[in-house]
Amino acid sequence: MISIRFVTQDGEKTELTGDSGSVMELAAQNGIAGIDGECGGVCSCATCHVYLSEEDMQKVDAPSDFERDMLELTEDVQPTSRLSCQLPLTQEINGITLKVAR
Amino acid sequence: MLKSEFPDAFRQARKQVGVEQMDDQNDPVQMVLRFQDVRKCAHNWKTFQSGAEPGRIVVPSEVAIRSIRQIPFEVDPPEHKDYRALVEPWFKRPLDAKYTDKLRLLVDGALDDAFSKSELDVVTEFALPLQSKALTVLLNTPMKEADTWISWGTHVFRSEGEALDSDKANLLYDYLDDEIERALKDPADDLYSLLLSAEVGGKKMTKEEVKGVMILTFAGGRDTVINATTNTIAYFAEHLEALRKLKRDEAAIKKAVEELVRYFSPLTHMGRVATEDAAVCEHAVKNDTRISLCWASANRDENVFENPNDVRLDRQNNPHVAFGFGTHNCLGSTHARQLLRTLIAAMAERVDDIQLLNANNNLEHWGGVTRKVGFHQLTASFSGS
Repeated sequence: MISIRFVTQDGEKTELTGDSGSVMELAAQNGIAGIDGECGGVCSCATCHVYLSEEDMQKVDAPSDFERDMLELTEDVQPTSRLSCQLPLTQEINGITLKVAR
Repeated sequence: MLKSEFPDAFRQARKQVGVEQMDDQNDPVQMVLRFQDVRKCAHNWKTFQSGAEPGRIVVPSEVAIRSIRQIPFEVDPPEHKDYRALVEPWFKRPLDAKYTDKLRLLVDGALDDAFSKSELDVVTEFALPLQSKALTVLLNTPMKEADTWISWGTHVFRSEGEALDSDKANLLYDYLDDEIERALKDPADDLYSLLLSAEVGGKKMTKEEVKGVMILTFAGGRDTVINATTNTIAYFAEHLEALRKLKRDEAAIKKAVEELVRYFSPLTHMGRVATEDAAVCEHAVKNDTRISLCWASANRDENVFENPNDVRLDRQNNPHVAFGFGTHNCLGSTHARQLLRTLIAAMAERVDDIQLLNANNNLEHWGGVTRKVGFHQLTASFSGS
């Protein structure tokens, strides 16, 4: 099982575990505020925007061109921004903490 | 050509020029056609504003028939943020499972009706009633209100053959005045009452502001939803195998909806007004002139979408702009997505066959371009259980 900790804009901390799918799906299925994943993960809506810590950025693959282009014009973007629909639940990210962007 | 085929009307202009010029009531519009340009202009709300004279960012312009500002649609940041924050939780209610259950009942009712008839017009006998009844779920108002809205026909602002119809607009405005008075006197758990009791920036929402939100809700989700519904039915009538593959596959249905809205792009474009001299792909845009963000063209941009004119229901990367982009992205998209997902889920479970009998295309004319956006009439016969 992969464990991910989410911190919402209100400061609420939730730890969730899952073994397949994406970080967005894990969060949306468990009602994490600010992660709606409205487009279902095709990189069209940016309603799953999260911030990683700088050191955790090394643990995930670089964003695709589609994700990078989307993030470039997303509100409140930061250097450690990612769309969580593009982050698969893998052993590499077990235990990381994500801040929800909105 | 299949009836559910929607050609890319802007291909030549997008590739060769990047913009299409059109006149609209002596207030011309430069339609921005390329994906990256559309997204960049949508993102740049300071230079390309929505908060211009009410009605001016709509194409055709509604300046002549509307003085009330649609909210939050015709308000820019920073004021936009508080209005949007007020209405957003309400418009996210479709994410709740109970909301989907209500939509499913409506869709099942529409299918029951279709199965019971030998043939029907999908636009006026399926899509329009379903859109109207689903709107009662969004507003949380009694279902009987839908009868009134259905009686208005497919366009709230437009009659057949007339771009702008102030009589129709007044029908909606008078109705909304009555509903606002009703909600003031007798508050309920509906959108009117929520807005009337709300404060934005420390000030109570005025009746005119409430009306501005309601006009947006009614107008924005009318022919867009009707076209999306009708076109979806047309598509699956001609691709029944694809429908069967989606049966009880929620993730695949979500992807399918994104692809269908990309392909159909029910709202062709939306305008902005330049606040300074600017340029879009090397074309000058003078201060106080209009551009439009052509979602329909951007969604067929071959530099972004592989085989853009093919419907690939399992398209993995699909950064379409069918619901707009940026600050002013579609407030009703959560509702629209949920309605289309529910429609496809129910059809996949219940429809055996749909025969399309007769189609009268709904063609739009923008500058030198003619675009099919949907149907004026689509007769079909449904079978299923």
